[in-house]
Amino acid sequence: MHWHMSKTGIIIRREYLTRVKKKSFFIMTIIGPLLMAALWIVPFFIATLTEKQRDIEIYDQSGVFRECFRTNGKFNYIFIEGSLDSLKRQFLRSGHYAMVYIPRTELSVPQSAYIYSSKQPGLNVKSEIRDLMKKEVEALKLIAKGIDPEVLEAIKTNINVGTIILDENGFEKKGSAEVTTALGLVAGIVIYFMLFMFGGQVMRSVIEEKTSRIVEVIVSSVKPVQLMLGKMIGVGLVGLTQFLLWVLLTFGLVTGFQLIYGHKLANGSASATQTIVQAPAQGAVPAMNGVANFGNDNQMLQILEDVRGIDFGTMLICFLLYFVGGYLLYASLFAAMGSAVENEQDSQQFILPVTLPLVIALFSVGYILNYPDGSLSVWLSMIPLTSPVVMMIRIAFGVHWTQVALSVVILYLSLALTTWLGARIYRTGILMYGKKVTWRELWKWLRYKS
Amino acid sequence: MEPLLRADQVVKRYAGHTALDHVSISVPEGKIFGLLGPNGAGKTTLIRILNQITGPDEGFVWFGDELLGQQHIGQIGYLPEERGLYRKMKAGEQALYLAMLKGIPKEEATRRLKLWFKRFDIESWWNKKAEELSKGMQQKLQFIITVVHQPRLLIFDEPFSGFDPINANLMKDEMLRLRNEGATIVLSTHNMNSVEELCDNIALINRSKKVLDGSVNQIRQQFSKKMFEVEVEGSFSVSDEVMAEMGFELIRKADLHNRLQLVFSVSSGAGTADVLHRLADQLPVLAFKEVLPSMEEIFIEAVNHHQPL
Repeated sequence: MHWHMSKTGIIIRREYLTRVKKKSFFIMTIIGPLLMAALWIVPFFIATLTEKQRDIEIYDQSGVFRECFRTNGKFNYIFIEGSLDSLKRQFLRSGHYAMVYIPRTELSVPQSAYIYSSKQPGLNVKSEIRDLMKKEVEALKLIAKGIDPEVLEAIKTNINVGTIILDENGFEKKGSAEVTTALGLVAGIVIYFMLFMFGGQVMRSVIEEKTSRIVEVIVSSVKPVQLMLGKMIGVGLVGLTQFLLWVLLTFGLVTGFQLIYGHKLANGSASATQTIVQAPAQGAVPAMNGVANFGNDNQMLQILEDVRGIDFGTMLICFLLYFVGGYLLYASLFAAMGSAVENEQDSQQFILPVTLPLVIALFSVGYILNYPDGSLSVWLSMIPLTSPVVMMIRIAFGVHWTQVALSVVILYLSLALTTWLGARIYRTGILMYGKKVTWRELWKWLRYKS
Repeated sequence: MEPLLRADQVVKRYAGHTALDHVSISVPEGKIFGLLGPNGAGKTTLIRILNQITGPDEGFVWFGDELLGQQHIGQIGYLPEERGLYRKMKAGEQALYLAMLKGIPKEEATRRLKLWFKRFDIESWWNKKAEELSKGMQQKLQFIITVVHQPRLLIFDEPFSGFDPINANLMKDEMLRLRNEGATIVLSTHNMNSVEELCDNIALINRSKKVLDGSVNQIRQQFSKKMFEVEVEGSFSVSDEVMAEMGFELIRKADLHNRLQLVFSVSSGAGTADVLHRLADQLPVLAFKEVLPSMEEIFIEAVNHHQPL
């Protein structure tokens, strides 16, 4: 049996295949996941890097700071005495990382130091020396005023604010503003770039067909609206393919990384789980205690834990809904704009008003992250030109499903309208040459009979 | 002969002007039909209507005995004046793509295209991108794309513009061959020599209106200026007076060694046979023929005649 492809199907097939066969598609497909995976992997990698211990010579002429420099994993402190000039010469021969000179002062506790080194020392060395000296000087001052430094230490408190999301049934879920922010931001920005990238591809392709004059041959075989829809769908499928490959490859890379560095992560998560298991015994707010127990050292594991708490399935479905809707909306506008001009430079006057909302959405990101339920955020997540970007950010924070549903319905109704309007402009525009097209002219095309 | 294509009182208006004003044409099956007219007369608009790229505001177009519709798209081949190719797409692939859009299944389209590529001696270009092809190669490819689905009706808009003489001749030969095999051809052109060579019938459109149509022979007769060319033996002189006595006005005189060629017009309503009689009575006639106006002359006269004052 011979399967007969519809004409729109033939167009979709060509638009899709010519793009996925391109080298640039392959490169983008590889680079995307590498970037995404790097976003996850690099912090872990850096955290697990053990730096070489550095030798630091201390010439403490004041004699005040002998106690505070204690050799640790990062720095090995060597105390030296002598004349500054000969010490400098010896230091240069020694190959040590740096030499700290703390001059004696007559009247008060010394408050300055000099670091000598053969090349500019790292910031961490400078801040380490400064912090240690500061602590020591402060302690001395406290003693001078009659305050026991241990008392001060005892009143130091570390406040950890954990966020817990209560759902309708009263179940608690640990939330994390940091992870949510990051995820919302990534989803919003990815959708922003994909709308621009693939919408732009539709426009360039329309301009190419118009300027190469192949379009007149094609529209003698198919209706202009078939060509426009076939192109929009074909390019959109390329976008979806690319996105799904990104997700799969990123997942693969992260999994691979976990397999290789499994022991380190496994140990980490084991202790994290333990803390949470122990938590209920410790207090009335279990999840909060779990958070508090991590402290600073375990921030990475904390994030890992938070990431597990995110509903990736919902995020993915919403992403696809908003990508498809937003893409079709913008692609239909881009196709109409492309049909009205003869080269990309001329298209600027039309593109700007169309893409302005998208750019506004991106500029509002800061506000939306701070006030995900603020009225501006809600409005921007309902207006179809901005909703794909803005709602994706809001969804990461949790949005009631009725709002999402309303926003999706508005988006899809709008894209039906823009596709209809776009097709009316397109069918006139693609056959119009040598005319500088204005907005007024577009309005006229909209009203032509078919 | 039953017309294959018939436009009936077609009107097309654009904002501010009328591109076609009640234009009717009738294209007989198996003939080459010339669509003539100055730039901006409305030819391209009419051609776009025949290709269903745009629709008429008023009037009808018939294909055979049916109203022209989507079902006829596969039976029409169109080579637009503004023709192009996908620059980055391989020659064979894009020919295949466009043939499939005309409704030919892939395998059949491939088979036919291979034959055409062979016929035009461009087989080795199947896998070359269009931008790598010479202008002449591209034109051959565009021609193949127009005819590969074996349409009953072929529409060529200015097919010879930009063609080198060798390719132009090749196209002419192919068009005549296709007509002889039964295809009907609509040819829009400025090139009046090719009209005389190729066209069986023409319609002339000027300022959105059809101003003239019919068979090429009929039209040339219709525009006859009663001009004749005669060759006489010997080299004796024939003066204006001698001609005037016979009722002829001498236009041109040429001495061809032992013969004299005369071109003259007849002011009275005398028939051709009568003219020949009068000549033969007076002069040793070797050859005699009526000089019909060229299509170019007719074109210019018809267009100027319809120019508003």
